[in-house]
Amino acid sequence: MALPRMNNWSFWILPFAFLILLSSLFLEGGGPNFGWTFYAPLSTTYSNDSTALFVFSVHIMGASSIMGAINVIVTIFNMRAPGMTWMKMPLFVWTWLITAFLLIAVMPVLAGAVTMVLTDKFFGTSFFNAAGGGDPVLFQHIFWFFGHPEVYIMILPAFGIISQIVPTFSRKPLFGYASMVYATASIALLSFIVWAHHMFTTGMPVAAELFFMFATMLISVPTGVKVFNWVATMWRGAITFEIPMLFALAFIVLFTIGGFSGLMLAITPVDFQYHDTYFVVAHFHYVLVTGAVFSIMAAVYYWLPKWCGKMYDLGLAKWHFWCSLISVNVLFFPMHFVGLAGMPRRIPDYALQFADFNKWISIGGFAFGLSQLIFLALLIKACRKQGEPATDRVWEGAEGLEWEIPSPAPYHTFETPPVVK
Amino acid sequence: MARGLLTAMLATLLSAGAMAQPSQLNLRKGVTDISSQVYDLHMTIFYICVVIGIVVFGAMFIALVFHRKSRGVKPANFHESVKVEVAWTVAPFLILIAIAVPAANTLIAMEDTSKADVTVLVTGSQWKWHYKYMENDVEYYSVLATQPEQIRNKFNKGENYLLEVDKPLVIPTDKKVRFLVTSDDVIHSWWVPDFAVKKDANPGFINEAWTRVNQPGIYRGQCAELCGKDHGFMPVVVVAKAPAEYDAWIAEQEAIQRKAKEEEQKLLAMNMDMTELMDLGGKVYQSSCAACHMPNGEGLPGVFPGLKGSPIATGDVAKHIDVVVHGVSGTAMQSFGKQLSLKELAAVITFERNAWGNNTGETVQAKDVNAVLTGK
Repeated sequence: MALPRMNNWSFWILPFAFLILLSSLFLEGGGPNFGWTFYAPLSTTYSNDSTALFVFSVHIMGASSIMGAINVIVTIFNMRAPGMTWMKMPLFVWTWLITAFLLIAVMPVLAGAVTMVLTDKFFGTSFFNAAGGGDPVLFQHIFWFFGHPEVYIMILPAFGIISQIVPTFSRKPLFGYASMVYATASIALLSFIVWAHHMFTTGMPVAAELFFMFATMLISVPTGVKVFNWVATMWRGAITFEIPMLFALAFIVLFTIGGFSGLMLAITPVDFQYHDTYFVVAHFHYVLVTGAVFSIMAAVYYWLPKWCGKMYDLGLAKWHFWCSLISVNVLFFPMHFVGLAGMPRRIPDYALQFADFNKWISIGGFAFGLSQLIFLALLIKACRKQGEPATDRVWEGAEGLEWEIPSPAPYHTFETPPVVK
Repeated sequence: MARGLLTAMLATLLSAGAMAQPSQLNLRKGVTDISSQVYDLHMTIFYICVVIGIVVFGAMFIALVFHRKSRGVKPANFHESVKVEVAWTVAPFLILIAIAVPAANTLIAMEDTSKADVTVLVTGSQWKWHYKYMENDVEYYSVLATQPEQIRNKFNKGENYLLEVDKPLVIPTDKKVRFLVTSDDVIHSWWVPDFAVKKDANPGFINEAWTRVNQPGIYRGQCAELCGKDHGFMPVVVVAKAPAEYDAWIAEQEAIQRKAKEEEQKLLAMNMDMTELMDLGGKVYQSSCAACHMPNGEGLPGVFPGLKGSPIATGDVAKHIDVVVHGVSGTAMQSFGKQLSLKELAAVITFERNAWGNNTGETVQAKDVNAVLTGK
């Protein structure tokens, strides 16, 4: 990284931010009691005093994110290898560059929102209090102006990972590289004009509801382009099914299911029925667990041999994949049904007709959680340098600079800058 | 082995799916024209997604089966085609336009709250709904009616567990009913799935929604916005009656509420004794106060203050009455002056001053409460 000390700092303040947040659990009155969306006035007038710790820790996490993002941008702008032009960069680097800009754009907005919550609660301001001339819905506008780009911050690097893995195991270059870059950029731009689709029931004017419905539907175009490109990359390739590819394939299918429910949620009149039900919970877990989390697992299985120089335990990896794939669907798929049938989110107890599916959801939840212990065991084995030594290239079809050097990478990676042709 | 596990789990899941009632699987069509339009939109977009899914996943699975290295194929080297890229950018765009037009029409119809026959002010508060008929002198609170013993698994759960209230909202069928939705404290959301009506209740602002119900019946919904500790325990129940029955009902309610107010005035001259006050007070405390101050009067430290031995419950009576009837602004303490009758207020304040060892020995009478309420 271009700024290693800042990199270090931005990482090491994170554990302390989380410690501050967790410490609130041990205060009188318990931790923050308003959910992660901390809608005012539940988080202001009606919250407990640990709100101050919550605000402080979010500030620290935001500072960490901004520093991390600056580092990514500076590195990509200044430290590319000779000959590495913009349109030769790996897709993973592109998606990270765009993600970093999103982070810098929205983290200050979140910082503003939490600061307003802090002053409303402790210093008598009325940003979100109608009695003092404020508006509780203003909070939601500010929060989701941060919140929607934030979900793309979580998913864009995933798109990059999948765009590295699919060509490797299809033994064929990525289809539509340029359109992938443009699609990522347009998703990032659109993310700034769709925030109020989280707020269709708050009583916005019809014109605003129509605008946010149309803008949200538009997102499915560049997202669709990405999925089509991945399928076209596999088309007439010579495909093999190593562990990273298995996770990437699961990602493509399950993320697309999440995309479909996202398109359904964009339709405002129908969203009135879906909003704040388990249908929404199903949607965002399909895009973020079987999407973002699966892509991170795919990335670990793809680059782990390069990181530690040993091939991981393939038997454990297969078990991990199949157990995760099955249990994650037992966990999240029935949520579509209970949501459509009318079960609201964030309730501690529910009407009897939801009980059957909730039983399956619980079983799937425990199974998915336990499946990750297999992953943990695999990682511990890999960290203890057990297993076959990994070759430089590791995967037959792997392309890119990291596969030209030994596994694990030597201390300075490259003594002389490599030239990209 | 992994494959066996997969088959076994899929089989059980499918059988669970097959046993489920249709109402457990899909959105309901509801009982209004709007709700059935919403249902049709939902099914249209769902089928469009299914078709796209079949095409995309179909192509992918053909590639996975036929274009795999183990079949000895040599990979092709194509990696771009402007024609194809343009086609799969434009095609989704056209599909979107086809969905957007009917969706926009339905949305505009849903937001047209003009020319209503009946208007009801719906006010959310932690954790109950208040209904006020704007054309008639009728208003009341609607509170969860499920017994606490069912919630704590002491009794068997009833058929409408957590979806039943003491006094449901009553509206006429075949009339346009407008809802004005607001809140006394945090944000709630008033939702009846059968009407496709879900509107946030924002404190200090009034939102509008409407419905025209086609068939009489009982329709159940819930609060849909996280509103604190008992968010899962504030259901919405609406009874739709034929217009003639509705008119009779509202007239009857007007008479009952007028009579109750006259009774209240008479009460002012009377004194109730300690046992009577404590009996009634205990019941009122359980239904109106125990959610926050807890049944043992100890509250939840750091969130809701306890009443046991508290300076307010053992100190000046007038201050205690003032807190209960007017609430404490800037906190979760609501004003109960309009929620409870004078008799209930007198009883519950007496109860709080004598339960859990508070033993002040004082009684509070309806006239004392009335004095604070009217500012005399």
